[in-house]
Amino acid sequence: MLTFDVIVIGGGHAGCEAAAAAARTGARVALVTRSTDDLGVLSCNPAIGGLGKGHLVREIDALDGLLGRVGDAAALHFRLLNRSKGPAVQGPRAQVDRKRYRAAMLEAIAAEPRIAVIVADVVGFAAGSKTAIDTSTGPIGAGAVVVTAGTFLAGTLHHGRTITAGGRAGSAPAGALARAIAGLGLPRGRFKTGTPPRLDGRTIDWAGVDLQPGDAVPTYLSDATLPSERAMLPCGVTRTTPATHRIVRDHLDETPTYGGDFAGPGPRYCPSLEDKVVRFGDRDGHNIFLEPEGYDDATVYPNGISTALPPSVQAELLTTIPGLERAVIRQSGYAVEYDYVDPRALTPALMVRGRPGLFLAGQINGTTGYEEAAGQGIVAGINAARFAAGQSPVILDRATSYLGVMIDDLTHLGVSEPYRMFTSRAEYRLSLRIDNAADRLTPIGLACGVIGSARSARFAARTAALTEARARVAALSATPAALARAGIEVNQDGVARSAEAWLAHPAVDWPVATRLWPELCATPPDIADVVATDAHYGLYLSRQAIEIANFRADETLALADGICFDTIAGLSPEMVERLTAAQPTTFGAAVRVAGVTPGALSALLAHVRSAT
Amino acid sequence: MAPGDLQRDANQSRLTPTIFALATGAPPTAIAIVRISGPATLALLTRLTGRALPPPRRLSRRTLRDPTTDDAIDTALVAVFPAPASVTGDDVAELHLHGGLAVVAAALAMLRRAGAIPAAAGAFTRRAFDNGKLDLGQVEALADLIAAETDGQRRAALGRTGTELAHHVDRWRTVLTDIRADIEATLDFAEDDDVAARPFDVADERLCALAGELRTIRAQTERGGRLRDGVTVAIVGPVNAGKSTLLNALARRDVALVSPLPGTTRDAIEVRVDLGGVLVTIVDTAGVRDTSDVLEVAGIRRGQLRAEQADIVVALGSTAFPNAIHVVSKSDRTSEGAGWRGGALHLSATTGDGIDLLESHLAARVSELTALGEPAFIAAQWQQAALDGAIASIETAQHISVAALVAEELRRTSLELERLIGRVSSATLLDHVFARFCIGK
Ligand SMILES: Cc1cc2nc3c(=O)[nH]c(=O)nc-3n(C[C@H](O)[C@H](O)[C@H](O)COP(=O)(O)OP(=O)(O)OC[C@H]3O[C@@H](n4cnc5c(N)ncnc54)[C@H](O)[C@@H]3O)c2cc1C
Repeated sequence: MLTFDVIVIGGGHAGCEAAAAAARTGARVALVTRSTDDLGVLSCNPAIGGLGKGHLVREIDALDGLLGRVGDAAALHFRLLNRSKGPAVQGPRAQVDRKRYRAAMLEAIAAEPRIAVIVADVVGFAAGSKTAIDTSTGPIGAGAVVVTAGTFLAGTLHHGRTITAGGRAGSAPAGALARAIAGLGLPRGRFKTGTPPRLDGRTIDWAGVDLQPGDAVPTYLSDATLPSERAMLPCGVTRTTPATHRIVRDHLDETPTYGGDFAGPGPRYCPSLEDKVVRFGDRDGHNIFLEPEGYDDATVYPNGISTALPPSVQAELLTTIPGLERAVIRQSGYAVEYDYVDPRALTPALMVRGRPGLFLAGQINGTTGYEEAAGQGIVAGINAARFAAGQSPVILDRATSYLGVMIDDLTHLGVSEPYRMFTSRAEYRLSLRIDNAADRLTPIGLACGVIGSARSARFAARTAALTEARARVAALSATPAALARAGIEVNQDGVARSAEAWLAHPAVDWPVATRLWPELCATPPDIADVVATDAHYGLYLSRQAIEIANFRADETLALADGICFDTIAGLSPEMVERLTAAQPTTFGAAVRVAGVTPGALSALLAHVRSAT
Repeated sequence: MAPGDLQRDANQSRLTPTIFALATGAPPTAIAIVRISGPATLALLTRLTGRALPPPRRLSRRTLRDPTTDDAIDTALVAVFPAPASVTGDDVAELHLHGGLAVVAAALAMLRRAGAIPAAAGAFTRRAFDNGKLDLGQVEALADLIAAETDGQRRAALGRTGTELAHHVDRWRTVLTDIRADIEATLDFAEDDDVAARPFDVADERLCALAGELRTIRAQTERGGRLRDGVTVAIVGPVNAGKSTLLNALARRDVALVSPLPGTTRDAIEVRVDLGGVLVTIVDTAGVRDTSDVLEVAGIRRGQLRAEQADIVVALGSTAFPNAIHVVSKSDRTSEGAGWRGGALHLSATTGDGIDLLESHLAARVSELTALGEPAFIAAQWQQAALDGAIASIETAQHISVAALVAEELRRTSLELERLIGRVSSATLLDHVFARFCIGK
């Protein structure tokens, strides 16, 4: 039997990231997927990043992951979202060329000598071992297995009321694997998601739509990306009309959602056109972003009209949309319904409770989106390799990263609809920024050996530059009079302050600071970003630091693995039930379980304290 | 009931003791009520009565027998309140006994022998809290209610043990969650047309209204604090001005004398009286005179401190206190009688002539301070701190224009309100966003 340290099932975003992360830590990895063409497939829109999602990309990058680098290599349009709303909520996004993206992902996987890509269909777990699998080409053994089967578990595709089995357009579902997962007895549910029709860009009346260019100076997804000369492409913007909505309304009963074919809910934040029309009937139009799919591909992705209406109706409603009147559909929109596993069955290392060595990552855990999938992939990959090597898991908490927020939400609160990242999910949002992702996560990555030598060297240089810059802004100072002479209006209280203190003043941003103190001009822009933002948010960050200290104190109160809440004095049956369902691993996690009363927490705290 | 539930119940009864206590005053009393709470309550009652349980929440006559000796102890009225619809949330029983010393002692001894545990102070409340029957604020209020000495205190504590404060906070949290959802929508869905059409405005009426309401409640807690802790009146003046006589005169009136606290003559003497439903502590500070007695100097200093901290000062024969009520005593020696003359109240503490004038004047000042008739909340120290924090963060939020920072300030407001009761997770916040906006990518 072939044996490896780690097996990764599925070559989607979670799978590629998991395999690469495990390999970077030194594990020998089998990446088992049905076709090499599956690597780097973007099932839905051709874009990486965005609000909240951009944070995940930067954090994956800080752990030396692939998503950011591959995205940058394939990008044809960059935009920093929320540019005007302050550094904490900005998110980089890139539109990418699909073919280039796949090629770059394939290249990144091929560049990792410890990954063997095995083309096979995984049909189940091998008898007698918890971490060996059966595939269409024979069994494979390993110390740990990561399952990242995406939307393929018992997937059904819906075009109107026509239902076919499938995990994605053109791919068969993973029936045998779904049965094997069901056989583990894990709690499961069903979710749905959808995708819009793909259009032939040559049949779009571009003169009839607005064009949106990307940023002139791109903000890259990865901090390793060097500026490129590649020409960037614009996106188009158009809008649905009342006539469009009328057609949708007339054909509602021909959709799986309103015809009654779906059991599970879909994402509210990425609603289908039919959901928009039903739920927001008072709106006279909804934006559609026309996203180019590639440099040498005329396909256009109309973001905003995901639909499972019958294909003929899809064609009809395009005629009511400015610019798309004569657009030809290349592939119809459709919806997919699939099994997911209730992620509360997982530990914060993404390992299945009670099934040592088996990890789950990606859409299989009830999330949606490439970034969410890749983020879980990197954490599961690192931990699978560590498990196989007999090392303790690495757990990221809510105060370190959006990755930590996501995994904590998933494993403790579970999901009631497909989970997507938002900046508002992070309570320490002002502390968790794209500019300091490396400072937050690369040290953790270095400690567990997942950082390659190039990033490692860059990070050492960055840390030195950051230390120097912080010392400099603390040492330089100026009086209010000096600022006034430079034309900056501040309160003339006669008190000289450090550059760091002045940077907290709304009138003093980094460009102003470099005028006041020319010594700061030499600071590299990425370092200046961190220093200026830390100073800008200074008051808030110091308050959050206290909150984080309290939070960490709660987190260090560990609850024993497999704790029986019904043996704790003073917990009512209802509280026992809630806590048992959530399986909090720390007291802090129990605090966040919905509906747990202060009384129950006090009983739990008494228990934890007496146990230690 | 599933087997798992049975198992769990068995575990619970092993872990949660069954407690009992005498709920009425020290015997002998007309009736003595013994309250029992905990998982073994119902079984215990069956054993003590030798009969099936009476119907829930209804008084039934039963003969209580000591199960070990079979001796009849009393013919009592008993009532059972099965969980969770009971004061503590556990199974509860009440035994209404004949309140003689021997009967009560025998009943308590019997309960102990049967395996129940005498409740420690606050144990019933603690069980209610653990079972989610009371929140922390209500626990605090209950303690105040039990300790309430005056009618005003009792009413304020009652307001809080009920759902009044919880009700307010619930409403504030809903409003705040709505406002925060609006702000978060502008941050998390910047690209979306439908949301972008409603930029958030810090002059938002809901925010102003919320800030106003919080300030109102804060003022009520200040009044409530005076109701709970009472109003302090200090009598100041030189030695032998007749301060003690005045104090005694006030205390001897028909106002209820609550408790005379013994002090030393060198220090301050306090009496607590009920003036119009408010607990008023009257302090007789040590007289001011030149002395070299170390102890006396310390006493005088303490008296002065007390006067400084008092809500109202009554100055007797001294003009050194500008905001005081000025009193000239011993008016029985003059011919003019009691009354207000030249900004001072002339009275005789010895005959009591004019004391009613002082009393009504004090009562008016006291009710001004406590604004009786207006709603008051008694809040614990930590609750007041939470309210202060909530107000400070809302007010800051109203003065900044950066949405991410407004969001951070209002997150703090939410945390402070959570400290008052319950909590909101960011999932709730998102629910609000999605219920009200059409969100695209
Ligand atoms: C129709 C559709 C619409 C979507 N719409 C959106 C959207 O609007 N917004 C959004 O954010 N996200 C959307 N997504 C989700 C996004 O594409 C996924 O969240 C993301 O790709 C999940 O990554 P993953 O790695 O978990 O799974 P996937 O990318 O789905 O990868 C799963 C991989 O596992 C392989 N595999 C499965 N079973 C087996 C087996 N038995 N043996 C071997 N290999 C196997 C598959 O071949 C595939 O390569 C959509 C997805 C689909 C299919």
